[in-house]
Amino acid sequence: MSIMSEAIAIAPAPEAHAPVAASLSGVTRVFGASGSGMAVHALGPIDLSLYKGEFFSVVGPSGCGKSTLLDVLAGLSKPTTGTAEFEGRAIDGVPDGVGVVFQEDASFPWLTVENNVAFGLRRAGFEAAEVERRVNYALGFMGLRDFRKAYPVQLSGGMRQRVCIARTLVLQPRLILLDEPFGALDQQTRLLMADELLRLWRETNATVFLITHSLDEAAMLSDRIGVMSARPGTIIETIETGWPKDRDSRIVSDLRFASITARMWEKLRVETMKTMVSQEGKLQ
Amino acid sequence: MTRFLPPVTIALAALVLWQLVSFIAGSHSVSGVVETMAYLFRMMQQESFWLDVAESGTAIFYAICLSMLFGWALGVVIGLNRNVSDVSEPILVTFYSLPKVTLYPLVLLLFGLGLSAKVAFGVMHGLVPICLITGNAIRQLRPVYIRTAKVMRLSRSSVTFHVVLPAILPELISSLRIGLSLSILGVLIGEMFASKRGLGFAAVNAMGLGDGTRIMAIGVFLSVCAISINFLLLEIESAIRHRTARI
Ligand SMILES: Nc1ncnc2c1ncn2[C@@H]1O[C@H](COP(=O)(O)OP(=O)(O)OP(=O)(O)O)[C@@H](O)[C@H]1O
Ligand SMILES: [Mg+2]
Repeated sequence: MSIMSEAIAIAPAPEAHAPVAASLSGVTRVFGASGSGMAVHALGPIDLSLYKGEFFSVVGPSGCGKSTLLDVLAGLSKPTTGTAEFEGRAIDGVPDGVGVVFQEDASFPWLTVENNVAFGLRRAGFEAAEVERRVNYALGFMGLRDFRKAYPVQLSGGMRQRVCIARTLVLQPRLILLDEPFGALDQQTRLLMADELLRLWRETNATVFLITHSLDEAAMLSDRIGVMSARPGTIIETIETGWPKDRDSRIVSDLRFASITARMWEKLRVETMKTMVSQEGKLQ
Repeated sequence: MTRFLPPVTIALAALVLWQLVSFIAGSHSVSGVVETMAYLFRMMQQESFWLDVAESGTAIFYAICLSMLFGWALGVVIGLNRNVSDVSEPILVTFYSLPKVTLYPLVLLLFGLGLSAKVAFGVMHGLVPICLITGNAIRQLRPVYIRTAKVMRLSRSSVTFHVVLPAILPELISSLRIGLSLSILGVLIGEMFASKRGLGFAAVNAMGLGDGTRIMAIGVFLSVCAISINFLLLEIESAIRHRTARI
């Protein structure tokens, strides 16, 4: 282990943290295990606890099972082995209080921006005035106020993703799962959106689980970062950033920022190379 | 307004071509534009013509309603179930590629002369395309819409009415448009073969009497109706698609 990595605290024992919001133990996910064809071991085993109110990010090479991990947390897919819990109860179907922003654009093209954002609230039977209030707030927050009457087709990819974020936020989930939410944005907008996300996280006290390809993003946003191995993805290291809660994008100039990023890259470089090699093998 | 230019141009070109053919073939075999229009105008003042229209219209109405009902229902089953679609789609496609006229004696045996036989023939033409288009639309539905609905813990009926239905609405209208024109075709052919009423019968009857102008007039009337309905549905469809389309 290098000197640099020792300079940063390894994840401390759980008792140092707030209560657990969600936890996975021994979770694996194998696709096509029952049917014919080749079984794909996509994920795990994973042991992970998300603490109430923390900002947890996951980085890992492409195809290592990050989205699969999110699906398990969201209750959208059952682990092949192991157990998953949210707020002390086993996850069976989507639990109440969990919100998800998916990797792909999930805005409903047949609804205007405001109706997209109001969708979940209306279906859940909220009063019109409350719907109006929350939608207005979310639209303002996401910088979508001028586009409330527009249809998603008229928006850029990044703006559609903001619609999806707003649609999830208005439901005030206690656990927010985000899968590459800023993937479609340019670097500058990403930084600003990251600030917004931090602001939001502070305001709502929600637990955030963020999947990202960007090491910078992970380093700047998170309380803890889980670094995943190549498929089947396991968490090979958890990095504690130790940022104050009222941080913002300016911490990128902090010296620690560089060492956190370097630490992640040190681990990821090897894993990413493994992915490349196995792909090359397949091509031949 | 430029968007109306192509249809108007096509209509004018068709009229010119028609008049040209009439000149070459002679007006005794193909009546000219003016002659036909005058005939149509006179025909439209006769009550018997409107009785025929009502007769055909009723059969077409029943045929498209039944085609939609069963086509959409079957399409949903096919779309939702991979196994069902693997088995049923080749059967449907094969059935549809049969020349359905050959089945007409069978239909007559089953239903006898009259409305139900015509309706059955209309349904035979309209049902399969509606079913296939619907099944395909459901299969093409983006899974992330359903996942979004699941995360919001929507009930089954809520998912159906607030997510699946609006997502496939353009395809449903498209299937209605195509199914309708095929149902019209089916009913008219039915009337030509075995009926004593309706526009299909009127056309065949006129042929028997050697009344070319009457055939042309009925043809023009039917074409105008079919094209208008098609145009209307196409407009609705593209209005919906316009906001639904993905770039
Ligand atoms: N439904 C499925 N059936 C079979 N294999 C699957 C399925 N879903 C995912 N996989 C496989 O599981 C592995 C992990 O997929 P997953 O989408 O979780 O990766 P990811 O880390 O999110 O990738 P990316 O960074 O590209 O988003 C991949 O190899 C993928 O091919
Ligand atoms: Mg993914």
